[in-house]
Amino acid sequence: MVASEKKALTFQELLFALQRFWAERGCVLQQGYDTEMGAGTMSPDTFLRVLGPKPVRIAYAQPSRRPADGRYGENPNRLFRHTQMQVILKPPPENVQELYLQSLEALGIDLRQHDLKFEEDNWEWPVGGAWGVGWQVMLDGLEITQFTYFQQCGGMDLDPICGEITYGLERIAGFLQDVDSIYDIVWARGPEGDVTYGDMRLGEEEQFSSYGFDYADVGSLWKHLELYEAECLGLLEKAKGFSEMGGLELRRFPVLGAYELALKCSQLFNLLDARGAISVTERVGVMGRIRTLVVGVAKAYAAQGELVGESFGRIASGGEGQ
Amino acid sequence: MDFLFEVGLEEVPARMIAGAMDELVRRVRGLLERERLAGEGFGVRGYSTPRRLAVVVTGVAGRQEDLREEVMGPAVKIAYKDGVAGPAAVAFARKNGVSVEELKVVETAKGEYVSATSLKEGRVAGEVLAEGLPKELAGIYWAKNMYWRAGKPERFVRPVKWLVALLGGDVVPVEFGGVTAGAVSFGHRVLFGAGPVKVTAAGYVEEMAAAFVRVDVEVRRQFIRKALDRVCRGLDGCRWREDHGLVDKMTHLTEWPSVIAGGFESAYLTLPEEVLVTVMRDHQNYFAVERGGVLAAHFLAVLNTVADEAGEAVIRHGNERVLRARFNDARFFWEFDQRVSLEDRVELLEKVTFQKELGSYAAKSGRVRRLANELGVMVAGRGTAVDLAGLEVAARLCKTDLTAELVKEFTELQGVVGGLYARAQGLGETAAAAINDQYKPVAMEDGVARTTEGALLAIADKADTIAGMFGLGMEPTGSKDPFALRRAANGVVKTLAETAVPLGLGEIARHACGEDEGLVRKLEVFFAERLEFYLREAKGQAYDVVKAVLAVGADDVRDAVARAEAVTAVRGSGDFEAVSAAFKRMKNILAQAGEKGMVAAAQLDVAMLTDGAELALAEKAAEVKPEVARLRGSGDYRGALELIAGLRGAVDGFFEAVMVMDADAAVRGNRLALLERVLGDFGGIADFGEIVVAG
Repeated sequence: MVASEKKALTFQELLFALQRFWAERGCVLQQGYDTEMGAGTMSPDTFLRVLGPKPVRIAYAQPSRRPADGRYGENPNRLFRHTQMQVILKPPPENVQELYLQSLEALGIDLRQHDLKFEEDNWEWPVGGAWGVGWQVMLDGLEITQFTYFQQCGGMDLDPICGEITYGLERIAGFLQDVDSIYDIVWARGPEGDVTYGDMRLGEEEQFSSYGFDYADVGSLWKHLELYEAECLGLLEKAKGFSEMGGLELRRFPVLGAYELALKCSQLFNLLDARGAISVTERVGVMGRIRTLVVGVAKAYAAQGELVGESFGRIASGGEGQ
Repeated sequence: MDFLFEVGLEEVPARMIAGAMDELVRRVRGLLERERLAGEGFGVRGYSTPRRLAVVVTGVAGRQEDLREEVMGPAVKIAYKDGVAGPAAVAFARKNGVSVEELKVVETAKGEYVSATSLKEGRVAGEVLAEGLPKELAGIYWAKNMYWRAGKPERFVRPVKWLVALLGGDVVPVEFGGVTAGAVSFGHRVLFGAGPVKVTAAGYVEEMAAAFVRVDVEVRRQFIRKALDRVCRGLDGCRWREDHGLVDKMTHLTEWPSVIAGGFESAYLTLPEEVLVTVMRDHQNYFAVERGGVLAAHFLAVLNTVADEAGEAVIRHGNERVLRARFNDARFFWEFDQRVSLEDRVELLEKVTFQKELGSYAAKSGRVRRLANELGVMVAGRGTAVDLAGLEVAARLCKTDLTAELVKEFTELQGVVGGLYARAQGLGETAAAAINDQYKPVAMEDGVARTTEGALLAIADKADTIAGMFGLGMEPTGSKDPFALRRAANGVVKTLAETAVPLGLGEIARHACGEDEGLVRKLEVFFAERLEFYLREAKGQAYDVVKAVLAVGADDVRDAVARAEAVTAVRGSGDFEAVSAAFKRMKNILAQAGEKGMVAAAQLDVAMLTDGAELALAEKAAEVKPEVARLRGSGDYRGALELIAGLRGAVDGFFEAVMVMDADAAVRGNRLALLERVLGDFGGIADFGEIVVAG
């Protein structure tokens, strides 16, 4: 319906188009982070890079796992794992909304033929001590994007703030291709015909739904959680000694490693939750423990950055608009 | 002169726009009045869309009037030495812009002082506005705000994109959020594009309309209503479901609204209407459509654009596609939930925590069940029909829908889903309706439970929560009420006021709290506070009437409402005011006598009443007493109050002629006894002494 004359973008062409669009506007293209997580925001490329004063423009597609959303591949609209195209702009350019609208045009969406609304939707990740205000962008009644102005992260005020644009790639592809099931989305057009989202991912949805809901061993998950937590806490304890460390030791201190351990804990919590192994009473307590890790890492990262200076690991923008 | 002020913003949350626009109007008006710039034909009018707040002011004076004021300076003996002006006098004169020769000497209680007539030159309006408006903007209240510029210089709801400030055609350089005001606005993002829009104060509405922005909120609202009507006429025999809240939301979500109709497969109509309507209204902002009172397979969507036929077809198709996916989800959950009956879900509640110290929802259900049953038995004993068996089923199962997938997906449907499942599972209409209504009323505007069993369940559920939380010391304080206990108690009061359930607040508190007398007392006080709130906020009763009525009883809610309404109905009459004043005097006399240790006689001795006026009062009181009692008994409080007001002549005569505090202790004691009797016989509807009498 949207592109009746020409063929709608495939799933991968959609990704290309967004990557190209943002690369042309000065974003560094990054790959999705290789530790499992629930949302693109949790990637260190967002969660940690928003901290500190250094400008950042970065874009990446982050596979996002939510065990509780798994439906064994039976529900045409829900996935255990979906893909978030994340664009991080620190500080947000003044015309960030206009840039976003141009990115929709770049996908072949003629806004004069559609209804677009920015509806209030504020984002909050209490475990990360993070929140922001913004909108859900509604296109013909479909939420296609989360648009957030980050205000706090790790319990710290951000200055400058950061603009975050999160595109739901499956939703947008389903919309562009006008299919009623995610699994019917054309991922790529191959020499032997179309390769669909189902071809690529259905098996994964089936098996990981089973794993999350039926097979994951609760005892082991708790043990993993405790091990990762203990190691992360150990690193955070050592991070208290930043002031006594030499330059090189400080630079090499693995705050990023600590963050991966915290991410592991967060993901284990989600698995335990999907498995129905966390009572409501326990829930608050476990979330508090993970918060200690995540916020602790954020604070350590900020402190390390301040002590080391801006030379370290904080790749900023590729070009214009600093 | 007229003045246009527009603040261009990134999309402001719909729920905050109306309040902010009103506040901006108030603030601009206040500023101009305070600064003596409100001239002939002064008026302020507000406009708003998601992307702007604006005011158009007429009758702005170009310049403040000059102000002359007398300023006191130093004492003469300090200012002048031997009649010659010293440094203090010179400095004072300079400071006030006058020459030393113009200084005057004034006589004060503290001696002679120097004074000057200072002339404060009026400032031009533009200067005052440029200085004052940024402060007014910064002061606007937002439920949630943000900062966006480096260094966090200001907080506002969303980033400010542009400002327009035009005073009589000239730009006033107002600065806020890093933006300096100019003369151009911006139009609809898509329909008009990024180009500037030249605006004026006089032509603002039309100029913006040409840029596809309807800036007048009420015009936009009416436009949407009419468009809904018009589009609905195209759907054979259909009408859209009135929904003021949604009309309001869409008014604040659009700059240039239009309406389209869409449809869905009628197969989805087998899903319960509540589910379909919730999906459409709460999740998609669609208006439900009905034919002959029955939900039809159509919806109306309000767009923030206007498209040609092809565009409308695309937009309709997109919206239908989204709704289909949503309905599919709902159907999936509905069918999934039917695999486990509500009865079988009772044990699942063991795993759902209500509150850490108060245990699981299974424990809560147990308490609610006991309390609802106790209240039900009491009510039945008072002659109100109650289906105790149905109430029992409802109370046992009322929380089980918390384990249903459909409720996890649509949390706002808790209770409603339980009711639907109860009906689908053949548990009886009484139980289904009571489960459905258990959370009613959710807010002051919400209706109460429709059945006696539903009302009892709602009261028991809320009272149990309040008693449990109070027992843990988690009562609301000041503006903090994290467990919404005030709302729960308001719900109890409203239910008692608006149903025929014959229960008193005190007995509800006692049954909810058990043995703990201190806790019972706390709950009674809390309920009385909420009754006071209800009378004032929901019933619009004046503060003094509420106080007067509650002073003589705060247990029977419906009775308190009736008494308050009766007092309000008669309070305007001169007789009633006079009697109120007299009753207050009686109370004071008795209180003063009590302080002095003077006691009233145990019994009024009519034979001792010698004065004509006191005899007349006693006789008149005795005469009307039985009729007042009869009227009160039948609930005709107004009739009773009118009779009491008829005591005016006797009461006035008494106070004119009789000295209560007679030197003779026996006479005095007897007169005090007369006053006590009058107050006792006629004060039962309200403590009239609390009524504030005008003048």
